[in-house]
Amino acid sequence: MSEQNGSGPMVDVRQVTRTFRRGRIEVPVLRGLDLEMQRGDFLALMGPSGSGKSTLLNLIAGLDRPTSGEVFVGGAAIHKLSERRLAGWRARNIGFVFQFSNLLAGLNAARNVALPLLLTSISGKERRRRVALALDIVGLSDRARHRPRELSGGEQQRVGIARALVNDPALLVCDEPTGDLDHRTSDGILDLLAALNQEHGKTVLMVTHDPAAADRAGRLLHLDDGRLVESADGEAS
Amino acid sequence: MSSLTLISAALRRKKARTFLTFSSVVFAFLMFGVLSMIRSAFSMGVDLAGEDRLVVRHRVSLFQLLPQSYEADMEELPGVVDAMHMTWFGGVYQDPQNFFMQSPVVPAEYLDMYPEIRLSEEARTRWIETRNGAVVGRATAERFGWEVGDRVPIQPTIWQQEGREDEAWEFELVGIYHSDVEGFDETQMLFRYDFFDETRSFGRGQVGWYAVRVNDPERAAEVAASIDRLFQNSAAETKSEPEGAFAAGFANQMGNIGLIVTSILGAVFFTILLVSGNTMAQSVRERVGEIGLLKAIGFTAARVQRLVLFESLTLVTSAGFFGLLLAAGLAAVVQPMFAAYMPGLFLQGRDIFIGLGLAVLTGLVVGFFPARRAMKLRTAFALRRL
Repeated sequence: MSEQNGSGPMVDVRQVTRTFRRGRIEVPVLRGLDLEMQRGDFLALMGPSGSGKSTLLNLIAGLDRPTSGEVFVGGAAIHKLSERRLAGWRARNIGFVFQFSNLLAGLNAARNVALPLLLTSISGKERRRRVALALDIVGLSDRARHRPRELSGGEQQRVGIARALVNDPALLVCDEPTGDLDHRTSDGILDLLAALNQEHGKTVLMVTHDPAAADRAGRLLHLDDGRLVESADGEAS
Repeated sequence: MSSLTLISAALRRKKARTFLTFSSVVFAFLMFGVLSMIRSAFSMGVDLAGEDRLVVRHRVSLFQLLPQSYEADMEELPGVVDAMHMTWFGGVYQDPQNFFMQSPVVPAEYLDMYPEIRLSEEARTRWIETRNGAVVGRATAERFGWEVGDRVPIQPTIWQQEGREDEAWEFELVGIYHSDVEGFDETQMLFRYDFFDETRSFGRGQVGWYAVRVNDPERAAEVAASIDRLFQNSAAETKSEPEGAFAAGFANQMGNIGLIVTSILGAVFFTILLVSGNTMAQSVRERVGEIGLLKAIGFTAARVQRLVLFESLTLVTSAGFFGLLLAAGLAAVVQPMFAAYMPGLFLQGRDIFIGLGLAVLTGLVVGFFPARRAMKLRTAFALRRL
């Protein structure tokens, strides 16, 4: 990750507020929030609907901008980046895992995984190597040529995770990664995320409603009404 | 894998809808090709008109005659190189449906005035030697199966023969002409004016119209004005104009073909804009989540915009190309069939280029708004639609 500092926290959110405008009314979603994540953390973020979990996740992933405050990820002040630079930064530094795998129906698993590599200048050979490695990590080497409709829900989510890994990002941002899966399949996905965290050193930020999923994380934070009000390890802001 | 893979995947997403839109665009461009051929057939005279030739006719109408003596008078005028006359004969071969253009001419003058015509030396010589000799264009010869040496009876509808009012004129076919100029009229039958003038029952010394060659095309209008001035206040005043304007006026007697064709094409392309524009807009609406995903993983707004624009261009341009290809194939089939009736009925290279340009333009216009929408889509909002 070329733009990331080797030292310091992976995520440093300082006094961030985010307000949305609905008609004439301003709705504050995040109210002066501070958060630090160290490299190698596996942090679960819980909270009721509308508490601001996804908004915070979007700010950390560079998908949205704070109304005020600062967001540093890997040492980069992403709140200052232009839209174009932010897009490039996301491509190099963030792996996204969504609730629904959101694979492109017209592409097979390997091509879905290769999507982020379209934005790089690496050779075709290196591209194939990375795709094969990512599919191997998620245990789907034998499903590379399968279209999404030929895969189960769990397999589709694994392809989504492989797509998030293929650019070798240091930070994985997961928005309800098990929200659409049954209990058993969820366990498999959470095992995979834990392995990526522990064996591959990925920092993982996961938003979830599922207490069982949250239990798999090393840290747990609760968001309520735009504030971090409680955490499993005593951290609060 | 490249961006083309993404475009291809997007187009294959709803195969039936893509196919129907593709087909409607193909049909539009097929129509464009066919209507261009028709317009070309009607405007061929305008396109092929000599810049250095004027047409001089009676001021009242083309069917009023002019004195044959005007030729020498006009040739005296400054700026005039030479002049020759033609007359509408209006005969039919065997059946009233077998109509084609015939005209008496002075062979040497005619061949000098229209160097576009290719006629063998032997035919030229025989034409001058044979009093009732006629030459005919290749299309008409093929239409009726005529060969050199045939005797061809033409039933008059205007010009009767002196003392043989109900009889057909009999011509000896001495040559078949063609032209290397694409679209040049190869349907005419031309015969000697001296034979015509001596044989006709009325109107001797009168001709239909003149073709006049000027020495400087830039001064054609000036020479035309001086010709009309020369015959002002005479019994047969003239109207002189460049050959192109004359041909356009002649074609417009049937209506403004160009305007009719352009209006039809305008309606067709407006419909196509709505149909394919709706397809693209719907396609982008359905893919808000996918577009959000692409943006999330690092595709810039400009790149997403280009993807949608290229998708639209690929769909419309390939369909347009296919439609023009069909039109060209159709032209190759019908051109020989209609050569005798509409010699200019073929798809011109110019029209193919215009068609391709139109296809690219349509693709860009159709894709513009959906591409703009995709570009402006907020990523966080779009991801909520996953």
